[in-house]
Amino acid sequence: MKVRKFLALMAAVLLAAVALVGCGGGGEKASSEDAAKDSDVIKIGVYEPLTGINAAGGEMTLDGIELANKLYPEVLGKKVELVVADNKSEKQEAANAVARLVNEGVDVIIGSYGSSLSMAGGPVAEEAGVPVIGCSPTNPLVTKGNDYYFRVCFIDPFQGTVMANYAVNTLGAKTAAIIQDVQQDYSVGLSKYFEESFKELTGDENAIVAKVNYNTGDKDFSAQLTEVKDKNPDVIFAPGNFTECGILVERARELGIKAPILGGDTWEAKEFLNRVGDLEDIYFSTHFTAEEPVTEVSETFLNEFKKEYPDKQVNAFAALGFDSYLLALDAIERAGSTDHEKIKEELAKTSGFKGATGIITLDENGDATKTAIIKKVEDGKFVYEAKVDPQN
Amino acid sequence: MTLETFLQNIANGISLGSLYALIAIGYTMVYGIIRLINFAHADLLMVASYAAFYGILIFALPWWLSFLLAILLTTILGMSIEKIAYRPLRDAPRISALISAIGVSFLLQNLGIVLVGASPKPFPRPENLVWNIHLGGISFLSLAVIIPLITLVLLAAVNLVVNKTNIGIAMRAVSRDFETASLMAVDVNKVVVTTFAVGSGLAAVGGIMWSLQYPQIDPLMGVFPGLKCFIAAVMGGIGSVPGAMVGGFLLGMGEVMLVGFMPDLSGYRDAFAFVVLILILLFKPGGILGEHVVEKV
Repeated sequence: MKVRKFLALMAAVLLAAVALVGCGGGGEKASSEDAAKDSDVIKIGVYEPLTGINAAGGEMTLDGIELANKLYPEVLGKKVELVVADNKSEKQEAANAVARLVNEGVDVIIGSYGSSLSMAGGPVAEEAGVPVIGCSPTNPLVTKGNDYYFRVCFIDPFQGTVMANYAVNTLGAKTAAIIQDVQQDYSVGLSKYFEESFKELTGDENAIVAKVNYNTGDKDFSAQLTEVKDKNPDVIFAPGNFTECGILVERARELGIKAPILGGDTWEAKEFLNRVGDLEDIYFSTHFTAEEPVTEVSETFLNEFKKEYPDKQVNAFAALGFDSYLLALDAIERAGSTDHEKIKEELAKTSGFKGATGIITLDENGDATKTAIIKKVEDGKFVYEAKVDPQN
Repeated sequence: MTLETFLQNIANGISLGSLYALIAIGYTMVYGIIRLINFAHADLLMVASYAAFYGILIFALPWWLSFLLAILLTTILGMSIEKIAYRPLRDAPRISALISAIGVSFLLQNLGIVLVGASPKPFPRPENLVWNIHLGGISFLSLAVIIPLITLVLLAAVNLVVNKTNIGIAMRAVSRDFETASLMAVDVNKVVVTTFAVGSGLAAVGGIMWSLQYPQIDPLMGVFPGLKCFIAAVMGGIGSVPGAMVGGFLLGMGEVMLVGFMPDLSGYRDAFAFVVLILILLFKPGGILGEHVVEKV
């Protein structure tokens, strides 16, 4: 017993010693941070998964950020230096990466691909008071309750609003049916926002004529679709996984339902296309298109990307990384200094910012309401159909 | 609800119910004779679908030949499973064989994921087998007619084999008592293997029909129909072949009608199946057509 107690005491002393040393290290870093502030360099931190399962996504995002840095290397007359930290696709490493960037004395952080990684990094940045701009995390919880986290992508449910807009204003729909997967937050969230906006836009409380549910993994949708067919809606909104939706959409056409069927960005998958490629009037919203520049900035981005990376395909993540960097620069310029609080306040006020992925306005949560892209299925391909700008 | 919609619901119910019935028949037949719930049944269904899929797409066989080969292959696999996983456990407590069955089921699923990958594949629909039928305002696939027919034919065939042939008599004897049957010069091994061969063949037919109806296959595709058809078999009275048919139809029709009449409850379709199961077991513990066996002391 005594030996054990002694060992425990020793361990405690050792731990305390390590903690003290750790603090000392932090202190030194803090002073070097002060030194950095006076220098001619503004540091922007990037934490992205560059190794591990999400490495492909992190890599694509970093391409966009580096491209933007090359094109716009200065702000407030100072050189911008990128400090890149790999979060290794792991939550613990994401928190460590942010802590490391804070120690390096960065003024804004950009990242990360993957909502769960962003959620792990968020609290660390909040505690240190460093604003973060997310490129592609779409989960609502990333920015919720964290005043320092912003993002240039829209959150999942926003697409419901976009599709309602498109259904009413472009397709001229007066009534709609909703088919949702009750087990997926994504599907339920999109449906909720679609329903609210659709009722508001049509000014008709009863505009949703049918609302039916299914569960993830279901394969038989004939009963739900028969109910929908009975109500004869102008459009059908059916956000969900591409697996279930592929069968659902195909079955709907087999049952003789002719109404346009709308969905969300999950539909942009090869498997979905294989199933519904030859069907008509299938529309969905997504973040980005390489086919059609939506702003002047997109044009610059598309051209420069092809020049810089001739072997790579233009992609949404690079575009979002590009926008994150530009927004960071824009906010620093508006703040007129590198004071973190001021940058944060300016970021929160972002409105009508022109990025490569569209016109971005940040709402009270720090989430982007922005241009969304509508694509449609045509002859076995996804084709750019329209863009929907935010209303404000 | 208009008459048209109601008829459409009936058509949907028949096509789903007959599919449940078809798969439930195999489940219940194996149980009726060996008293083993063969959980691997649902995964044999998946194996058959993949065999047919590769037969058509990679070996470019005509669909009927591919389907026949798939059924044959699944039958052989079913017999091998019996030999490897169930026969050594025949004298062990029944629960051991049940656990072995669950093990085989997981083995087949994960083997599928390793060998063919977890992503779903589109199952081809032969044009002269599957087409859309429009009758007035109702649309349904030709399968809604073909599957019930196949189910009825197979039901009659199984009944004939079990009740009228020598091997059928032996099967019924074995189902009563392994040891006594073997004392009466019944080759128990042969009977059990035959049972599994027939059961696996039925699973294969069910699997192919399922894949034609819902043409997307993945290594875990058997789980959902396996569960539903097990419920159907228990509802009808597990061990009773006509019972499985009745249970399957009731379940399929019930699920479709639940959504048809109460669209708000459409998310609770699966729960509905279990509620019905519980009610039936409460009032008729042996199932709708099940024999009520009193255990003799």
